[in-house]
Amino acid sequence: MASIVLKDLSKTFGKVVAVDQVNLTIQDGEFFALLGPSGCGKTTTLRMIAGLETPTSGTIFIGDQDMTNCNPRERDVAMVFQDYALYPHMTIEENVGYPLKVRRINQAERKQRVTDVSNNLGIGSLLERRPGQISGGQQQRAAVARAVVHHAQVFLFDEPLSNLDAKLRFESRGFLKHLQKELQITTVYVTHDQAEAMALADRIAIIDHGKVAQVGSPQEVYLRPQTVFVASFLGNPPMNLLPCKLDLAKRQVQINGSQIDVSQVSQINGIKTLVSEGENLSLGIRPEHISLYAEETAQAFPAELYVTQPLGSEVLVTLQVAETTVSVRLFTDEPPELPRRVWLKPDPKRILLYRTDGNLVA
Amino acid sequence: MKRYRKRISSVLYYVFAVLAIAFFGLPLLWLILTPFNSRASLAVEIPTAPTLDNFRAVFQNKFAVQALTQNNLIIAIGTMLGVTLIASLAAYALSRARIPGRNAMAYTLMLFSSVVTGTAAMVPIFLIIMGMGLIDQHLGVILVLIGGNLPTAIFMMRDFVDDIPASYEESAMISGASPFQIFKDVALPQVRPGMMVVAVWSFVNAWGAFLIPFILLRSSDKLPASTAIYSFYTEAGTPNILLVSAYALLYTLPVVVFYLLVNWKYGFRFFGGIKR
Ligand SMILES: Nc1ncnc2c1ncn2[C@@H]1O[C@H](COP(=O)(O)OP(=O)(O)OP(=O)(O)O)[C@@H](O)[C@H]1O
Ligand SMILES: [Mg+2]
Repeated sequence: MASIVLKDLSKTFGKVVAVDQVNLTIQDGEFFALLGPSGCGKTTTLRMIAGLETPTSGTIFIGDQDMTNCNPRERDVAMVFQDYALYPHMTIEENVGYPLKVRRINQAERKQRVTDVSNNLGIGSLLERRPGQISGGQQQRAAVARAVVHHAQVFLFDEPLSNLDAKLRFESRGFLKHLQKELQITTVYVTHDQAEAMALADRIAIIDHGKVAQVGSPQEVYLRPQTVFVASFLGNPPMNLLPCKLDLAKRQVQINGSQIDVSQVSQINGIKTLVSEGENLSLGIRPEHISLYAEETAQAFPAELYVTQPLGSEVLVTLQVAETTVSVRLFTDEPPELPRRVWLKPDPKRILLYRTDGNLVA
Repeated sequence: MKRYRKRISSVLYYVFAVLAIAFFGLPLLWLILTPFNSRASLAVEIPTAPTLDNFRAVFQNKFAVQALTQNNLIIAIGTMLGVTLIASLAAYALSRARIPGRNAMAYTLMLFSSVVTGTAAMVPIFLIIMGMGLIDQHLGVILVLIGGNLPTAIFMMRDFVDDIPASYEESAMISGASPFQIFKDVALPQVRPGMMVVAVWSFVNAWGAFLIPFILLRSSDKLPASTAIYSFYTEAGTPNILLVSAYALLYTLPVVVFYLLVNWKYGFRFFGGIKR
């Protein structure tokens, strides 16, 4: 077990900057997720930790040791690849036992450990088969078994669930989290699925174009995204961002002709130093933090109904405010009858304000 | 009407198929039947009184037998081992290393290969082999044949290697395997079918090579079968068709057997540079 420290880590491929000055500290035993859209450099970061890619600049520490230029085999890490990389010519038993075989662990002990791990992961009856003869979910477990069979300091996962169907992905999520908590091994988990990252990780780093946009617990990054990018990446549907005009003196913003009080917004007192009177801002509010009214209401702004989608335990309402699309989540199992014109009232404690450069100001 | 047209087109199709089979099949049939005839003929005829006399006569020609059982084997196996080994390693490097312009490199090599074993390069090749003191030695022939076959072999091999995900080797690397262990446990079992294809292909090429051994070898006891076959010509230069065909049949057999053996053992997958 070990902590991981990345210092000013960068990687360029020709002209492409895949990873740009990344600084991260991953605690011993932590389940850490790297989250970001396709092509943002998650895999490259993971591969540098594994030693499969040499950093262009920067340093990597694993367990206080500088591992920047070490071979993968010296780092004592285990990795589960997106395609699982199970060797097709070996049985599952040989696959799972391979890390032990190359470490010259004798056959009896090898067999014992492979059997133990495989039984734990529910693939004990498949040991004689080859990877081509088992299902995707079983392959994923076999790949995890191969990773945990020798007790590495660090686990690395590169989108291990992306090849599974929705139901299996949900099951595997619980299984992986349980396993990690049981083994207490430092884990770095790459995904582009925000729900996966939120569900699994102790902390999440959101990556944007090779840079770390924000690091924090799932609650922190969900409730107080530091940039518009993070706000619009997390959540399904993502946070609503409404253009508004700030009235500093009255502690109000103007949206679609209505005045909304922002005096309860956290850190509103510090906003003076960051913005000027009458500046255009974005008001951020999650779909579940908006109340919907059929009549004109104080502290609410008007919107045009676009469509309602019942989702079982909740109803998703999509509306139009001037040119902006707004989503509202209603926790009811009965789709409400709504007029064309409705009023939306954001929860005043949940409002966030962003500057036009994308940074959170209050 | 429509039905008639359909029937006519299917009749035409079969006529064409039969003609095509006859065109390619008849010479083979001739090759198989003629050696068992007692009378020489260029027509395909089923022998009325099959005989093995022709083969007996062939085996009396010590020089031709030695060509087939020794010289040909030395040249073909030597070339096969060299080509397969070097092509596998080269294809691996070419497929895995991030070299700019590696595709252009592969295609250029491919083009050059036809030059190396072609007539155009005969004089320089002769001079080089002479300079190396390898004239009239099997090694000289083998080296030239390896050089000529390598580019295409690398090209074929690379197709196999490209199809193997790099994550297999990377996963082994992280598991703690040494480069040799990775090669032995992970890479080799994956590329084995490709190596078999290249081995058979280069064996067949070297087995049938005529021009290179003809130019580089002098002593008659070192010539391979492709040139030794001329010993069945009379002094006036007319071939003894019965003996030539018997010898030719013997000459073909090892290749067929080798192919069938590999096919049975590994199942042939001949992609030859074509992506599926
Ligand atoms: N071997 C390489 N050669 C050149 N460019 C590369 C290489 N590997 C990655 N890149 C580039 O670096 C950037 C980051 O790639 P990376 O694979 O890390 O993205 P990712 O976040 O894992 O994306 P995804 O979610 O699609 O897997 C991309 O623009 C990619 O094109
Ligand atoms: Mg990736």
